[in-house]
Amino acid sequence: MSAVSEEVEPLLALRGVSVTYHTAEGPLPAVRGVDLTLAPGEVVGLAGESGCGKSTLVSTVLRLQPTGAEVDGEVLVLGQDVQTISWGKLRALRWAGASIVFQGALHSLNPVQRIGRQIAEPITLHEPELRPEQVQRRVDELLEQVGLSASRARSYPHQLSGGQKQRVMIAMALACRPQLIVADEPTTALDVMVQAQILDLLRDLVRDLDVGLLIISHDLSVLADVCDRVLVMYAGRIVEAGTAGEVFVEPLHPYTAALSGAFPRIGDPAARYAPAGLAGDPPDPRSLPEGCSFAPRCSRAVDRCTHAEPPLVEVHGRPVACIRAGES
Amino acid sequence: MSSETGPLLEARGVAVEFVTRGGHAARALDGVDLSVPRGEVLAIVGESGSGKTTLARTLLGLEKPTRGEVLFEGRPLDYSVRAMRAYRRRVQMVLQDAAGSLNPRQTVYESVAEGIRLHRLDRTDEQGRSEAEQVAAALSEAGLRPPERLFLRYPHELSGGQKQRVLIAGALALRPELVLADEPVSSLDASIRGEILALLLRLRQELGMGVVVVTHDLGLAWNIADRIAVMYLGRVVECGTTEEVLTAPKHPYTKALLSVVPEIEDLEPVVLTGEVPDPSRIPFGCRFHPRCPARADGTTERAGVDEACRLEPLEVLPATGEHRAACHLDRVLSTAPPG
Repeated sequence: MSAVSEEVEPLLALRGVSVTYHTAEGPLPAVRGVDLTLAPGEVVGLAGESGCGKSTLVSTVLRLQPTGAEVDGEVLVLGQDVQTISWGKLRALRWAGASIVFQGALHSLNPVQRIGRQIAEPITLHEPELRPEQVQRRVDELLEQVGLSASRARSYPHQLSGGQKQRVMIAMALACRPQLIVADEPTTALDVMVQAQILDLLRDLVRDLDVGLLIISHDLSVLADVCDRVLVMYAGRIVEAGTAGEVFVEPLHPYTAALSGAFPRIGDPAARYAPAGLAGDPPDPRSLPEGCSFAPRCSRAVDRCTHAEPPLVEVHGRPVACIRAGES
Repeated sequence: MSSETGPLLEARGVAVEFVTRGGHAARALDGVDLSVPRGEVLAIVGESGSGKTTLARTLLGLEKPTRGEVLFEGRPLDYSVRAMRAYRRRVQMVLQDAAGSLNPRQTVYESVAEGIRLHRLDRTDEQGRSEAEQVAAALSEAGLRPPERLFLRYPHELSGGQKQRVLIAGALALRPELVLADEPVSSLDASIRGEILALLLRLRQELGMGVVVVTHDLGLAWNIADRIAVMYLGRVVECGTTEEVLTAPKHPYTKALLSVVPEIEDLEPVVLTGEVPDPSRIPFGCRFHPRCPARADGTTERAGVDEACRLEPLEVLPATGEHRAACHLDRVLSTAPPG
């Protein structure tokens, strides 16, 4: 998509990825034909609300989708097709090639194990030849890298605040020196100030370690703040993509505009006593509306929107899936 | 309406202390003055550990102040079981975690009717409506229409936004004069957030209901609040109208909070290090001084207040409705002639 990804081999390349769950009530297409590339040193955001398929999409990056989910298209991580490689290669790729900080990760720390031991676990699994003191040194380094003191290794999760736990989760994700990190809602449960601290940390890590970072969030303002590029997902498809500034400040798709307007600019008189919302719920993927899946909630929808699903085409130099995007 | 009684709800010098496991006293609230006029939307903002949730619980009578008092219509709260029951009918709480606050084995109807039954409004209310009519009215006021379609649904069949609306309906069913909402939208999707906030505003407009919203989200306050109280470590450190506090902040803490809101681009972000300190070890002098960016960059030194910041405690901000900040630097700057 960008000039950079043409020259350097992308860390992550999704090509026409679709994921379908086969449920008792029939097939459920959760992701429908997503293309995405991520280069080293790049931060890409994926925005969308609950149920849009963003977490399902993330699960395919390390072949973590539930059994029975049918994945079509190519998922390339460091040039390897994750969906078809052997278990041995996949195992090597997990943690060491790419790692994921899952949503709700704050609660996934083991409450009865010290932090240091939990960070050490993936290291000892992937590098069994390391001596205990070398592992210890690596744990200390990781804690310092995420802004915690090395003495924190002896703490239990309940002794840490939410922000500190999130730092531990990031340290774990960095444990085996991956080149690609995926963070699913990394700041959602956190306070504004702690959120700012975590976002600063992620920015620093990308700059210092030259890793690629994919951030998933429903908060477009957070993505606009840290990402180079942002993709917006609705009902399993990408509906708009562009630089973070373009997508947040000059959204072309009405859905992007609604996400962007949900967080008011403080000081904007138009937002006083006028919270911007989007009526209705996202569609059931089992029975998507005819034509554009956003049309039933769209204030700009006209009759022809329901004729066919709008393709993702270039409008003002960036991909948008809305037949009215070019109109003023 | 408010002419004869003054504010509907008031806190005067409220302090709440807990004894920690080590035997230290932790002051979760350390002297708070607050007043909530009828039909007003007040936002209490601050980080985790600022005491904002303890303040909401104290206003509701769930915590008894160690010092000071909470007044409703000018009379101190009576903490007897009987009086509390009557009070809670008039002042309702909407909790943070909608998914966790609904009983998974109760239908929507049962959840909303529970409060009506507890408060013995079940036969007929003052307008002669049956229980089912009251439940239906509350659900449709909360934007769940047609209400009958949801009566027999269980929480797992609802979306996040619908669950939050059911909780709000449960509070509305009792026709409260004031609703206390603790982070009402923080666990909701961006698209639903605006809808729930608009609902709170509409209820104020249509039913004259007051709202106290506890949040760390300044954008939410800008969207719906008339006035803001900024809390830090058990005290209100700045208060005023929403326009005053958010567009002309006085306290360095408020300025820092505003600067890290992601979408404000023209402000250089002031990311404070660390987190709100332990309330059992409240710093001497100004409680914010160890993290204060105005001290870190030498502003307080140049203004000649640095010693005061470290040593002189600040007074509790009075709830006069004026724009005020509890800050030594601001006191000097606002009394000094301009320029």
